[in-house]
Amino acid sequence: MDVAQLKRQLFEYTTLLFHEGFLDEQFTQLQQLQDENNPDFVVEVVSLFFDDSERLLNELATALDQQNIDFNKVDAHVHQLKGSSSSIGAQRVQRVCIAFRNSCQDKNVEGCLKCLQEVKHEYSLIKNKLEILFNLEKQILAAGGSPPV
Amino acid sequence: MARNGVGAWRRRSTDQFDGSHSSPCGSEEVHVLAVDDNLVDQKVIERLFKILSCKVTAVDSGIRALQFLGLDEEKTAGNLNGLKVDLIITDYCMPGMTGYELLKKIKESSALRDIPVVIMSSENVLARIDRCMAEGAEDFIGKPVKLSDVKRLKDFMTRDVVDRVRSDGGGTTQTRTRQEIFNVSSSSSSVFSAPSSSSGPTTPSRPPPLSVSSSKPMIEESHRHLNCIEEGDQQESSAKCILACSQR
Repeated sequence: MDVAQLKRQLFEYTTLLFHEGFLDEQFTQLQQLQDENNPDFVVEVVSLFFDDSERLLNELATALDQQNIDFNKVDAHVHQLKGSSSSIGAQRVQRVCIAFRNSCQDKNVEGCLKCLQEVKHEYSLIKNKLEILFNLEKQILAAGGSPPV
Repeated sequence: MARNGVGAWRRRSTDQFDGSHSSPCGSEEVHVLAVDDNLVDQKVIERLFKILSCKVTAVDSGIRALQFLGLDEEKTAGNLNGLKVDLIITDYCMPGMTGYELLKKIKESSALRDIPVVIMSSENVLARIDRCMAEGAEDFIGKPVKLSDVKRLKDFMTRDVVDRVRSDGGGTTQTRTRQEIFNVSSSSSSVFSAPSSSSGPTTPSRPPPLSVSSSKPMIEESHRHLNCIEEGDQQESSAKCILACSQR
C-alpha cells in the first residue's frame, strides 16, 4: 500500500473512532501538542495511560474482591482512571467511570462489579483501536511519509 | 546561567534586558511547578507548558511541592533550589495533601504567598471553586486541561514577570496587585467579565478570577464523591452556576 492510501486509511479510521465516541476532542489536543521535536508524544502519553489503567484495573478487581469492600478505595482508583482517560480523550472509558463512581457512592456492590466489567471491556476496545491507529502511523513513516496531524 | 534567588529576574532576561519587554515569548522563561498525582495528567500538563517555552518542574504530591519550594518541616522557605517559581499549578484531588491544602500552606508562607497558584479539577463544584478563590488561588481550571487554558495562564504570568522586572529592576520581588494588572490589561482575552461569585463570604475588593472554567460544564457529575469532599461542598444547580461564572 502506498503512502497516500495508508494516509487515507488512517484518516478514515481516526474519523470513525471519533464518530463512534471512542475518542473525543482531547485526543485531538494531544495530537496538536506533537511536533517534529516531540514526534512520539501521543504514543508516550497513551502508553502511560495503558500502564496506569492496567494497574488500576487490577487494583479495582482486588478491592472489589474483598469481604468488606472499601468503597473509598474503589472510588479513588476509579477517579484516577476517569482522570487519565479524560486526559487522553478516551471518552467511553471516561463515561463508564462516571457511572462507576455513582455505584461507589451508593455502595452498590453489584453495580460496581458490573461497571468493572464494562470498564475493562471499554478499555480493551480503546487499547486495541489505538494500537491499530499507531500501527498505521508507523506504516506511513516506514513508507516514507509523515503522519497527518 | 547563574542560579541564585536574588536577581533571578535579571538572569531570566539576559540578552534582552533593556526594560522594554513587549514579547511574551522573550528570553524570560516562566518557571512552572506542576503538582499532580496522576502521571498521565502530569505528562500532558508538562508538555502544555513546555510548548509555550516555559520551564516545568513536575511533582506528584503536595508534600513534594513544598519540599521543592523549600517549605518543608521547618516552615521556612530558604533555598528555592536556585530557581524561582513563577506559577504553581496543582490538581485539587490528591491523596495526602489536597491542592486546596497546598494552596493554604503556600499562602500562609510570607516567602511564597506571592507565587500565583492555579487549581485544576475535573469536578467543577461551585463551593470548591469559591473556597479556592477565597483562599487566594489565581484561577481554577477544569480538566482535561487544554492548550488554550495554559496559553491564557502563560500570558498572564509573563505579563506579571515583565511588571516585576520593570517595577524594581530585579532586586526585589514586589509585584503589582492582580487588580492593577487586570485594569491595565487591554488586549488579553483573559480578563474575567462576569460578576464575581456571591455564594461565599468573599470580600468585595477581591479581583475576579481570570476565568473560572472553560467551556466544560460547571457540574460534571450530580453526586458528591467520596474523596476530596470538604465541608461546604454542595450540589449547585446549573442555573446558579451560569449566573456566577462565565463560560468561555
